[in-house]
Formats: sequence, C-alpha cells, structure tokens
Amino acid sequence: MHLRGIELGCIRGGRPVFAGVSFALAQGEAIAVTGRNGAGKTTLLRLIAGLLAPTAGRLELDGGPAEASLAEQAHYLGHRDALKPGLTVLENLQFWYAFLGGRNAVAAAALETVGLGGLAGLPAAYLSAGQRRRLALARLVAAPRPIWLLDEPTAALDTAGQQRLGELMRSHLTGGGLIMAATHGPLGIDAKELRLETSPEARLASSTLAEGGALARSPASSPAQDRATSTASPFPHRGGEPRG
Amino acid sequence: MQALRALLVRDMRIALRIGGGALMGVLFFLAVVTLTPFAVGPDPALLRRIGPAILWLGALLASLLALDRLFAADHEDGSLDLILMGSAPLELTVAVKALAHWLTTGLPLVVAVPVLGLLLDLDPLAIGAVALTLLAGTPALTFIGVIGAALAVALRRGGLLLPVLVLPLTVPVLIFGVSAADAAIVGPVPFGAPFTILCALTLMSLVIGPFAAAATLRHGLD
Repeated sequence: MHLRGIELGCIRGGRPVFAGVSFALAQGEAIAVTGRNGAGKTTLLRLIAGLLAPTAGRLELDGGPAEASLAEQAHYLGHRDALKPGLTVLENLQFWYAFLGGRNAVAAAALETVGLGGLAGLPAAYLSAGQRRRLALARLVAAPRPIWLLDEPTAALDTAGQQRLGELMRSHLTGGGLIMAATHGPLGIDAKELRLETSPEARLASSTLAEGGALARSPASSPAQDRATSTASPFPHRGGEPRG
Repeated sequence: MQALRALLVRDMRIALRIGGGALMGVLFFLAVVTLTPFAVGPDPALLRRIGPAILWLGALLASLLALDRLFAADHEDGSLDLILMGSAPLELTVAVKALAHWLTTGLPLVVAVPVLGLLLDLDPLAIGAVALTLLAGTPALTFIGVIGAALAVALRRGGLLLPVLVLPLTVPVLIFGVSAADAAIVGPVPFGAPFTILCALTLMSLVIGPFAAAATLRHGLD
C-alpha cells in the first residue's frame, strides 16, 4: 500500500495555507509533519482524511481493497477526541468500533492496551484530558485500519502514555501500517520529516498585517494589502481553525 | 448497516440520558399548553375550540427546541469529522440521526397529547385526531429541521438562526395538521383530504431533508 500526495495546495478563508506539498508514504513507514503554528499541519491531515478538498494537486492511494476510499481506510485522530460526556468509557469505544467497522468485540482489550482498563463504566465526562486522549487512541486499536492520521497524538499524554503510544505506533508499522502524524515533539518512532513552510503569499499577508491594520485600510491598496484586509475579516477561518 | 445501527443507538442513548433532549421537549410542550389558558382565559368552550391548534403549536415549538444541537454537538467534540469519513452515504447517516431525534423528541410529544388534551378539555375524539395528525406530522417537522440543524454547523452561531430559518418552512405542515384535526372534530371538510396532504408533506420532507442537510454539511466542510 502506497499513499502519495502530489503538489498539494490548500486555500482556506481566502488565505493560502500551503502550496506544492508532496510526500510519499509506503507500508511500514511514518511521516512526521512539522512546521510552526499555522503552517497547515492540521489542514494537511484533514485534507488527506477527505474532510477538506485540496485546491491544487491530488492524492493517490495504491493497494488496499479497491472499493474502499482513502477516508474509509484511514483513522483520523484530531485535536478533539470525539467522546460523548454522557456515555461511559466503554460505550464511547463500543460505538466507535461499531461505527468504524471493527469486527470483533475487542473493546475491553483495547481499553487495557491504552491503560484505561479499570474505568470502563465511568462516564467520559469525568475523564482527564490525558485519559480522554487515551480513550481516543483506543479507537485506533479497536478498529484496525491501515492508515493512521494523527494530529499531535502526544498532546496531554503523560510519559507512560507517550511510551505506550510509541509502542502502539511501532506495532502498527510492523504490521504494515502507514502513519502520518503532525507533531512538535519527538514521536518515539522512526519517521521521515515533512516540514511545512508557510507559503510566500501567506507570509506576506501576515507580515503586512503585523505592520499595522491602518496600512491595509488605506485607499490605494496593493494586492498584498488586499490580502491582509481579507485576513483581518471578522471570520478569518470559518469552520475548524487551522491549528498545529 | 452496522455503523448506522450503532449511530441510532448512540444518539437515542445520549438523548435519554440525564441532560439529553428527550424529556426537555415534553416539559416545554407541557409548559406551552398549560400557559395558554392563563393567556386566553379559563373558558372551556374556547379552549375546546382552539385546543388542537394550541397542541400543534406547542408540539411545533417543542420539536425545534433541541434541534440545533443535532449536528452542532457532534461538530464541537469532533465526532462529526469521523461521521463524515464514514462509509455509509451521508444522506443515510443524516436520515438516521434525524430518525433518532424524532424517536426521542417527536414521539414523546405524541404520547403526551392525551394528558395535555385533558388540560384543554378536549373530548376523546379530538385527542385521538390531534395525536394521529401529530404522529403523521412531527416527522416532517424533524426532517425539515435537520436542514436548519446542518446550517447551524455550516454557519457560525447558526443555532440562533435555526428557528428563523425553519419555522417558515413548517407553515404548510402546521396548516394541514390543524385543519385535519379540526376536520375530524367539527367538519365540514372530510378528514381524509387535509390528512392526505399532511402525509404527503411528511413524505416529501423525508426525502428532501436528508439530501439538503447532507449537501449543507458537505458544503460547510472547512
């Protein structure tokens, strides 16, 4: 199984996030997506997950079942953990593995794997941030899928949790999985680095903005200033904020 | 199928838990109906005459009460991303969520009608007519409402817009729901004509609602 991104570009809220991003990911390989805040790490992962449409370039997936789309073969672990506070830990996990097409009743075992074994009956509202993260990770274990798209997977995890995540990722790679993780810190696995540089247009826009909004509002506005004005609109980024 | 069944069970479970929307709708319905006699005066003849209209209005408002959270709650906790990535067609997924919403908020309103009808001094025939028309009409309210619920996600702060957007679209349902109930109680129009149109409106909304809401959610992806 190969996943390739070719010259991907994305524009959000009228602002180019990145352009010309290419990568190739083979079985058993991992890519760490790095870059400063706002460089588009989350945007890239959401684009691969099919939650955003690329404005340029394309994604190619070889191998895997022919009828399954990229989104159906991928796990997306976003910033938000997709947990319902009113449901118990086990109910949350059971729902996701049934929804994501997990076949066996492995929920209890998956909870053990992420170290939440004793909390199955507790409503998810009482979990700490790190425990919520662990529960979200249990989803990846309970419903096997080849491609993991992880957005800052280590966030909120303690040292033991990060080690466990490293083990999970290593065993996923050993089993022929693919991992793409946006991160600021070490992941604990061997990974190629894909560094997202802020695109020249976006840099120009943000620097113009930094020089002062009054400039952008002057009547004789250059294209760069126009862009700055649009960045300063009341809705700079509709939908999910570009984070990371 | 497994995914859709899991979604149905989860949404119903959340709605029936403490803090869910199921009981809230019925309590709101009760509040609207009990407040009306205070507003129009304790005249049993008058209440009997406008009773079906009050019950329909109360049910309409109550069914909109929890609707803006239908997709917004999933959007806020990130579940919507995973639901959108699911293998089932989005239209079906939306329809399943709407069905779960109707089963937990619309159906209890129908069940509550016999009790609330007594408060308005309705006779058994009138109560039966209102309950039957609500049973046929509330799915239309929910499935028209999902369009607004999807817009509430696509537009920031859309939750406040929802009643404004949805209420005008529910006018035909209200008209034919109340006229069918009145036809059964006092005539002179036969019950069948407005009731058939009410059923047609419901069937239309069952088709249009999920498609429009799915298109809205796809478009709102950003």
